[in-house]
Amino acid sequence: MRVLPVGDGALLVEVSSGDEAQALHAELLRRRAEGSLAVREIVPAARTVLLDGLPDPVRLACELTAAEVPSAPPRAGEVVELPVRYDGPDLADVATLWEVTEQEVARIHADTEFRVAFCGFAPGFGYLTGLPPRYDVPRRVTPRTAVPAGSVALAGPYTGVYPHTSPGGWQLIGSTDAVLWDHARVPAALLSPGARVRFVPVDGHGSPVGRS
Amino acid sequence: MTDRALAVVRAGALTTVQDRGRPGHAHLGVPRSGALDAPAAALANRLVGNPPDAAVLETTLNGCAVRPRSPVTVAVTGAPCPVTVDGRPVAWGAPVRLSAGAVLDVGPATLGVRGYVAVSGGIAVEPVLGSRSTDLLSGLGPPPLTDGAVLPLGRVVGPHARVDLAPQPAPPAELVLRVTLGPRDDWFTRAAVRMFTSRVYRVSAASNRIGLRTEGPALQRALPGELPSEGVVLGAVQVPPDGRPVVFLADHPTTGGYPVLAVVRDTDLPAAAQAVPGTPVRFVAVRRR
Repeated sequence: MRVLPVGDGALLVEVSSGDEAQALHAELLRRRAEGSLAVREIVPAARTVLLDGLPDPVRLACELTAAEVPSAPPRAGEVVELPVRYDGPDLADVATLWEVTEQEVARIHADTEFRVAFCGFAPGFGYLTGLPPRYDVPRRVTPRTAVPAGSVALAGPYTGVYPHTSPGGWQLIGSTDAVLWDHARVPAALLSPGARVRFVPVDGHGSPVGRS
Repeated sequence: MTDRALAVVRAGALTTVQDRGRPGHAHLGVPRSGALDAPAAALANRLVGNPPDAAVLETTLNGCAVRPRSPVTVAVTGAPCPVTVDGRPVAWGAPVRLSAGAVLDVGPATLGVRGYVAVSGGIAVEPVLGSRSTDLLSGLGPPPLTDGAVLPLGRVVGPHARVDLAPQPAPPAELVLRVTLGPRDDWFTRAAVRMFTSRVYRVSAASNRIGLRTEGPALQRALPGELPSEGVVLGAVQVPPDGRPVVFLADHPTTGGYPVLAVVRDTDLPAAAQAVPGTPVRFVAVRRR
């Protein structure tokens, strides 16, 4: 674990894997909840957790440097289920990349328990990890100017769902009617860092699809 | 609609509603947002007797014009500019009483970029995650003003400040930004770090509420690879592949994939909000406090 100072009031804690970052994030949230960590923002990312708005970053940096990184994130909390139709325009390309059929892409994706590693890009956009590394896919060579809201997409090691129509270069494998972001709702974001997520296949009418 | 409202007569180039922003949601991908020149926005609120968290209008370069439907007190701060009521000049940087139906015109900035218009009672659009700020990156909060739009005003809570005129800093002829290096200065060559803190950059016309973009010598990377996405703070100096530093302002993304070479002190950012394109910028390395 490396602790890097950021400006006068923040620290960037760097670990060696995404799993460690998620575990560290869970541990820092626990400390904040019990009152032993005063901080305005805790922002997990791919290999780091940013702590912003710290009253005494120097002291905390010493403390964290001496601490052990927990090895695995806790498997607690409810699973968020997202209904999905595997009907994306890039499904065939992903099947080719994975060297399986389109039906197999859907089965592999729907059988995976994901975890929100971090959010970013847009409010409510979560970077979901869980697929084994052999299913990593590159971004599209030419990004789309408009990816429809609710598109279920893959890029690198991540799965994501576009909360709003926006430009994007991820590979689109499906779509969901779930509302990822609604600022009139509490909480506004359906997915927050650490949440467990499953995709539940549905047909065009929204009814669950039986799995063979 | 009640008469506690403000009609937009001339929206201007870019006029948004801003307050102190929505910190605390960065982990959900929500920028902090808020007035770029926070001290100027706070002063405008003080001049009309608003609490410091009341929402104001933030104008860009060419001001705006508004017409209240009830008598209000207004104050214009930030970038100096001519201010008129129904065509007659009134004071800038001071409280001005407006009768119902009078048109307040905030003219083009004579210096600086961003003006702040506080109205007694505050702009009372519906808050999103505790803030009324327009966030241009993610589209949270009210949209930028358009001609003919009507904005609700809040209830007046106290008497206005008893001052005639408040001194304000002039927009910078040269922008000096104090920085602490890191967290990713090791991604750059030592020559690039020296260049960053010794050469003069200029404010680029491509600057906006997301970032102050600069023109000047390109900074060479020591590490060529891609940096995995990581959290970034307000004032972070990110260096994209073209090598020109970008200072992240209020609507900055909450995570980013380019290395952050240094972080600008919070107290130096209001001046960055007022630096017109072409203004010389010097980044001065200082020790952490």
